[in-house]
Amino acid sequence: MSSHHHLVWNGELTTRLRLIRRGMYLAAPGMLWILLFLALPSLLLIVVSMTTRGDYGQIEWVFSPDNFTRLLGFSSYGWSADYLWILFRSVWVAFWSTLICVLLAYPLCFHIANRAPEKRYFWLTLIIIPFWTNLVIRAYAWLLVLAPQLPFAKFAAVLGIIPEGSPLYPSAFAVYLGMVATFLPFVAMPLYANVEKLDWALVEAAKDLYAGRARIFWHAIWPQTVPGLSVGITLTFIPAMGMFVVPDLLGGAKYMLVGNLIQQQFGTSRDWPFGAAVSLALMVLTLVGLRVQRKHSGEGGVA
Amino acid sequence: MSLEAYAIYKNYGEVEALHNVDLVTERGEFFTLLGPSGCGKTTLLRIIAGLELPDSGTVMLTGNNVTTLPANERNVNTVFQSYALFPHLTLFENVAFGMRSRRMTGAVVTEKVMAALAMVHMEDKKDRLPSQLSGGQKQRVALARALVNEPEVLLLDEPMSALDAKLRHAVQAELRQLQQKLGKTFILVTHDQEEALTVSDRIAVMRQGRVVQCAPARELYERPVNRYVADFLGKANIIAGRRAEGGVETELGLLRLDSPPAWEQGELAIRPENIVFHPERPAVNGLRVRVTEAFYRGDRMEVWLEPGNLRMSAAPRRGIAKGDEIWIELLPGALVPLHE
Repeated sequence: MSSHHHLVWNGELTTRLRLIRRGMYLAAPGMLWILLFLALPSLLLIVVSMTTRGDYGQIEWVFSPDNFTRLLGFSSYGWSADYLWILFRSVWVAFWSTLICVLLAYPLCFHIANRAPEKRYFWLTLIIIPFWTNLVIRAYAWLLVLAPQLPFAKFAAVLGIIPEGSPLYPSAFAVYLGMVATFLPFVAMPLYANVEKLDWALVEAAKDLYAGRARIFWHAIWPQTVPGLSVGITLTFIPAMGMFVVPDLLGGAKYMLVGNLIQQQFGTSRDWPFGAAVSLALMVLTLVGLRVQRKHSGEGGVA
Repeated sequence: MSLEAYAIYKNYGEVEALHNVDLVTERGEFFTLLGPSGCGKTTLLRIIAGLELPDSGTVMLTGNNVTTLPANERNVNTVFQSYALFPHLTLFENVAFGMRSRRMTGAVVTEKVMAALAMVHMEDKKDRLPSQLSGGQKQRVALARALVNEPEVLLLDEPMSALDAKLRHAVQAELRQLQQKLGKTFILVTHDQEEALTVSDRIAVMRQGRVVQCAPARELYERPVNRYVADFLGKANIIAGRRAEGGVETELGLLRLDSPPAWEQGELAIRPENIVFHPERPAVNGLRVRVTEAFYRGDRMEVWLEPGNLRMSAAPRRGIAKGDEIWIELLPGALVPLHE
């Protein structure tokens, strides 16, 4: 019996062995989940990204770093920045889409919060309805809105921005429109949660202490909205980087983002190894983005 | 005169928040607006602060009309009920906020902030964030943050309502001492009558948007004008009666009082501590009464008497017990005729 040292744990007489076993039972579902849905797929992705594409699109288990050098632009024809551009453009588009969403969500949330309580639900519903609609359907809807027969395209033609009788897509404008329309609710909802319970006494205190409009905003309003914005930015920036439906339908071939590139590799190109390498690059970008965002919201954040 | 408000009216839709309110405070006076919630006292304070516009009326600060001047241009500062400290700023920056708004920089700011923090004994915590403070400490910082701007008038919106009873008593004393030392005009809003009596020079008792009585603390307690004021500040026995030769004829007999009433028929008030025990029949206003209840309250006995359903407060050493028959005197100087 010497191996069973009894001990008291939370008022219970037990042994170390029993505690360890119980801990393992409790942790098992979570561990299994992480193993099955995170660790294994990631490992698979890393392994596949280092293999080679066979002549018929199959995976050849010949390991080399070629996919990564190719992503960096090196090939038998020399160096080209095409793939790096796509990566950069993805970050760029995600950044500006997020920023535009924030700039729109801010006044929107204050507008809703200043309505009478029963009218707020109406406005919130308007924001949520697109949420319930399939993303592809929404993207197609934008194609219709931007079609040459409709006033928007006609007006742009009158201004000489596009030729007579052509649609407003594919274009950067259409991509941003689609992105902002897609992600605005993701910024607006968490931000609204903050704005609705804003402590207006801080605003009054700032006024009482002679602050002008800018000072009132930066010290009494902005810090209170940082938590909501932080959530909204994360929910927007990360998926925006990997978005492929919107740029595919509204941006065309000229506006390829990393999401489209990945889709292409796993789809028409049948180059899973290179697709895996690009996916890995996107994951790294995402983690870097999260890190930067976490750091910034940590500074200005209010718990 | 540091602050004057004349004929202030304010409605919120159908609700009349303030009705023809006048208020004049002397320089260096501790003035209190006292009343139950919804009586308009906070609205009046917010109008003085410039956070709210009156529907009509005039607000004057040191002789200048400031009625429409916004809060950030008024030389008045407020201690808010929730303290409203900026959570992302240190105590130092919180206190410096007003001066920074006025674009002051450098050694002057540091000096004044440190002096203000020292005044409330918080100088060693200047680099803390508000979330690291207790309620009492937050309240002191809020006080320093307002006073550092040297306002003409300091407004305090129920600043002690979030503190526990014991701390509240200590803070009341501190607040009074601080006000006396600075010689500044303080205007306090509270629903706590004990707090009002402790700190104030003068008190305005409010009800439903009107000032019912405005008087020095002692006068308010000892000579309430009506039943509302008598009941709101402390406890009072109310005795109905009719004016008669030499006093007021009541169900308890003829009562003498020092100040005869202006009415023919009305009510008298007397505080429980002004009903006193006598071993023998007293010369004036003497009553033979029966003790129906006697509660021991530590520092005093609360005694219920019949006839008249009187409440009396007696020293425990008297040993008054339920069922006793005793002689009492209603002190003639403390019998106050009420109006309304």
